[in-house]
Amino acid sequence: MTAILRKELADYFTSIRFFVFFALVLLASAAGLWAASQGIRSTNLPEGFIFLGLFTTPGVIPLFNSLPVLIALIIPLIGIALGFDAINSERSGGTLSRILAQPVYRDSVINGKFLAGLVTMTIMIGAMILLISGFGLRMIGVPPTAEEILRLFLYLFLSIVYGAFWMGLAILFSVLLRRVASSLLTSLGIWLFFSIFIFMVAPWIASTVVPVTTESPQVELIRYTELQLMIMRFSPNFLFQEATRAVINPMLVGSLGMVSASQRAYLIPNPLSLGQSMLLIWPHLTGLISLSAICFALSYVLFLRQEIRAT
Amino acid sequence: MSEKLTIETQDLTKRYNGAAVVDCLNLHIEENVIFGLLGPNGAGKTTTILMLLGLTEPTSGTAQVCGFNPTREPLQVKRLVGYLPEKVGFYEDLTARENLRFIAELNNINYADINRQVDEVLEMVGLTDTEIIEVTGPDQQQEKTVGKFSRGMKQRLGIADVLIKKPKVLFLDEPTSGLDPKGINQLLDLIADLPKRGTTVVLSSHQLSQVNRVCHSIGILSKGKIVEEGTIDQLNRATRSGGQQRIKVETVSPDEKLTTAIRKIKGVRDVTIQENLLLISTDIDTGVQLAISQTVVQHNFPLLQMSVEQFSLDDIYMKHFKEN
Repeated sequence: MTAILRKELADYFTSIRFFVFFALVLLASAAGLWAASQGIRSTNLPEGFIFLGLFTTPGVIPLFNSLPVLIALIIPLIGIALGFDAINSERSGGTLSRILAQPVYRDSVINGKFLAGLVTMTIMIGAMILLISGFGLRMIGVPPTAEEILRLFLYLFLSIVYGAFWMGLAILFSVLLRRVASSLLTSLGIWLFFSIFIFMVAPWIASTVVPVTTESPQVELIRYTELQLMIMRFSPNFLFQEATRAVINPMLVGSLGMVSASQRAYLIPNPLSLGQSMLLIWPHLTGLISLSAICFALSYVLFLRQEIRAT
Repeated sequence: MSEKLTIETQDLTKRYNGAAVVDCLNLHIEENVIFGLLGPNGAGKTTTILMLLGLTEPTSGTAQVCGFNPTREPLQVKRLVGYLPEKVGFYEDLTARENLRFIAELNNINYADINRQVDEVLEMVGLTDTEIIEVTGPDQQQEKTVGKFSRGMKQRLGIADVLIKKPKVLFLDEPTSGLDPKGINQLLDLIADLPKRGTTVVLSSHQLSQVNRVCHSIGILSKGKIVEEGTIDQLNRATRSGGQQRIKVETVSPDEKLTTAIRKIKGVRDVTIQENLLLISTDIDTGVQLAISQTVVQHNFPLLQMSVEQFSLDDIYMKHFKEN
């Protein structure tokens, strides 16, 4: 598998798509830093979590108002870009039968490709976090605390798992679909649905199941909101955004679910400990890991069962 | 040629959706020979090769390649076997050497030996530096990427690709397609030389003249079954013993009277005249030749030459597919 991993890494690092996405990562880092520079001094950050403000301080442009939103947008694209042609391009180019005629286990091919994608993604996201940390440290002059460093590592891990899901999905389509364009479009279609359309569909379904008006009783409103939240949590994008919010924003109070105004009044504005944040995101993290594992396992099984012909 | 079997199959069968693509195939290929696998499209040649490589599992039956079962021990088989498909694929953005190095690495060839072996196989297939290096500027040159190679160069690179692991068995699927006549000759010479280096070759091809030129024995596949197997001489005899033979008699201005007399000989099926030649189809019977020669002489025609026509590989091949 080492030879395949090495070749895949060499392919990724010399490909145009790597440079394009690395440029996007650099732009996102710059945008995040710029957003932080706009408002970090005026934001009331809790003591011990000032450094994380670099990642959470919103900017002035509403669409890309913070780094986590940008990252949630870019990571799926990186994942899809690394996986959409993993198998079908080898098949259509006739190189798959050439590799499999050598003394290598068939799973080494898919494992090597997945691992190379993970390494590339880790380098990209890691570079982004390091760039922001480095320049941010120079900008605010406050070093990160140990807990902040741990939270950033957790954020990195979450991002990699999230990216692994999209890469796994793209690889799955590259195993299933013969044409590279088909696997790319299908992956992008699913990304669009879970990133944009599900947020339109969720309120519609919720209001169909639980019709509410401004005069509806509170119980109905709670049912409506919870149903909407449940539907949105089918989206890996939403899961990731919720989880990252809890990890890099320790001031996130209460739960990730619905908090009523009366409940909010009794909440003490105190940062959550790392353990408490972990407890909050545990279902999200396990959900994302399971989704990535399911996608990869499906690709793995289907690839191992496929017949490889030269043409 | 030794008589040790390198490839042996027993009732090897592959079915897709119930339909047999390879049907109870029994192949016996000796060590260090070139075996021609012939058959029309869809006869099951590629499926057979894929099963022998361990790339697809047989529905039933067994196969042994170099003493290993390709289904149960695919890695052992792949260590010893090279496969060149008809449409060989390379990483087009890599150079020939980079492509070959990658395959060498997959075969766990010692790092210290890789470059030497790459140069060796490139030389063997005639891909010299003048062909694979391009000039990019004054005093500047670099290796071409495979994407810039011609079809023939890619085909030769494909041969180099399978030779780098020094295989015991080589499966070649239409290896000469896309080559010019000079390239075909060079390649056939190279293939003909492989058994001397200890490599058994299975050559799947539609080019019967090429198969005839290099193969020691052949197998003809039809609808997933071997319908003929053996050396060309053996098949010739089998074809003749299975039916008719054609006797060619050369004389001077044969007439209808003579042909009528020959037709009356027991065992003669048909007689045609082509200028000074009599083409006589007969049943297999040694006595018929003597009777024909006597008839020619008795009718006062000179018997200049008489021969039993040998069947060419084309005849053997076409005879079978015409019959079916």
